[in-house]
Amino acid sequence: MASRIKKSLMFPLAALIILGLTSVSGCGGGGDGGSEVALTGTITESGSTSVKPLAEALAAAFMDKYPKVKIEIGGGGSGKGISDCAAGISDIGAVSRPPKIGEADLIYYPIARDAVAIVVNEDNSVTELTTEQVAKIYTGDITKWSEVGWANGGDITVYCREAGSGTLDCFEHGVLREIGKKEADITPNAERYDSNAGMQIAVQADASAIGFVSLGYVEGLKVLKLDGIECTIETCKSGDYPVLRRLAFVSKACPDEPTKAFINFCRSEEGQAIAAEKGYVPLT
Amino acid sequence: MVLVCAALAFLVLLLITILIFRDGFSALLEIGLGNFLFGTEWIPSAGKYGISTFILNSVFLTLGTLALAAPLGVGCAIFLAEVAPYRVRQAVRPATDLLVGIPSVVYGLVGMTLLCPLIADLSGGGSGHCLLAAIIVVTIMVLPTVVSISEDSLRAVPREYKEGALALGATHWQVIRKVMLPAARPGIVSALILGMGRAIGEALAAYMVIGNAFAMIHSPLDPARTLTSHIVGEIPEIAVGSLQFRALFATGIVLLVIILAFNSIGFITRRRS
Repeated sequence: MASRIKKSLMFPLAALIILGLTSVSGCGGGGDGGSEVALTGTITESGSTSVKPLAEALAAAFMDKYPKVKIEIGGGGSGKGISDCAAGISDIGAVSRPPKIGEADLIYYPIARDAVAIVVNEDNSVTELTTEQVAKIYTGDITKWSEVGWANGGDITVYCREAGSGTLDCFEHGVLREIGKKEADITPNAERYDSNAGMQIAVQADASAIGFVSLGYVEGLKVLKLDGIECTIETCKSGDYPVLRRLAFVSKACPDEPTKAFINFCRSEEGQAIAAEKGYVPLT
Repeated sequence: MVLVCAALAFLVLLLITILIFRDGFSALLEIGLGNFLFGTEWIPSAGKYGISTFILNSVFLTLGTLALAAPLGVGCAIFLAEVAPYRVRQAVRPATDLLVGIPSVVYGLVGMTLLCPLIADLSGGGSGHCLLAAIIVVTIMVLPTVVSISEDSLRAVPREYKEGALALGATHWQVIRKVMLPAARPGIVSALILGMGRAIGEALAAYMVIGNAFAMIHSPLDPARTLTSHIVGEIPEIAVGSLQFRALFATGIVLLVIILAFNSIGFITRRRS
């Protein structure tokens, strides 16, 4: 079991090292000089809901630059991003977790980093929890808000994402694993939601809630400090805030010209500036 | 030409069934039918694939829907067929028929934004996402079907039955209770069975209001996870072809068998009438 976990971590890590610094090229394509003007076609993207707001912003900027290219952005989750791309339903899959062993073999291009924020309702008087407290709430060892400093809070309603979610994957590694727990240890009483937006709406409406969402979905919610560290772009950049993951596109080995150009655009300085503007953490 | 179309429709159905069985059957063999049907825990990372709580929750949802939809639907049908003035019927009947066509996601949205907060307020906290919310939403969804089929079968009762009973001095209510309802019973029963089939198969609207927690429920106000909401929730994020993915297809087989059974019973009762 341990070796399997190691392997599943090694593969994307290796892919990152090999691909992380290069841009899409090769595949027998010729010079890039004159082809930019002629760039035309439709690019379809689907997958992670954490990546969606970023992908939409990047696509809008790219389409401004190349009016003859049309980019369609879909949702569906990281798993769907990988399976759609592998099946040729979409040109690009969006993922907020590394592909797992057994999933299709696709090329992995990080496009930004993103924090997973621990959130509660705005009526909640708690402002700060330790990683251990959050983990224990999710494993069901802490069930009352009074145990973590909100005397009149009543029972805690735990909100979680569905299995396979990239946001849940990051939460598992950044929080649960800190006290040696896993996704399987999450309390069965946790309500499950299938997207960041679903989680956001639910926590907004429920004073007793605790949840976790991509940093792009914290509007109307109270973001908790974790071990005293605020969750902001600065603390993520500096590496102080621990619950951080890479957002990425995946594609087949030899994408067509527009797809190639779009991925390169996302990873360029211009693309990274858009990511920072939208509240994501740039790659470097 | 007609034959070709018919054959094509049948072929598509057959292919869907084969696909579900192809992926699901291997998972059933790997997990073991007993572990799958009677296991209480679904923890893929620990190799546990038990769907008994989901089956039970689907049954609760269906029975709850029946308990609400039967009195409401049949009552409404009696009103439309026997009591309502012509003009009221002219207005209500097309409206119920129209309700059948509203997409389930709309019902889910309304349930999520209006019903769940209301339940949370009344029950003193929490999210309001629970089994009861799903029962109410699905009841509203199946009511039009129940009402229109029940009303049709009440209207199909021969005039002579009613007139004979009235001539013997029975009151209008006695006629409805003792003559009309028994005569229309097969139609009403098949309407209810159709409604239950829809309740057990409803996925999206239920997913949006039911909370989808894995724990066994203790009251209708607890969040629950049904067979359909389980499939809807997990399938988008799962690695295609993995055991977990195929186990979801196996869940689909169970659902398919249950719905087939429901529809067969409905078909037989209709044939009998």
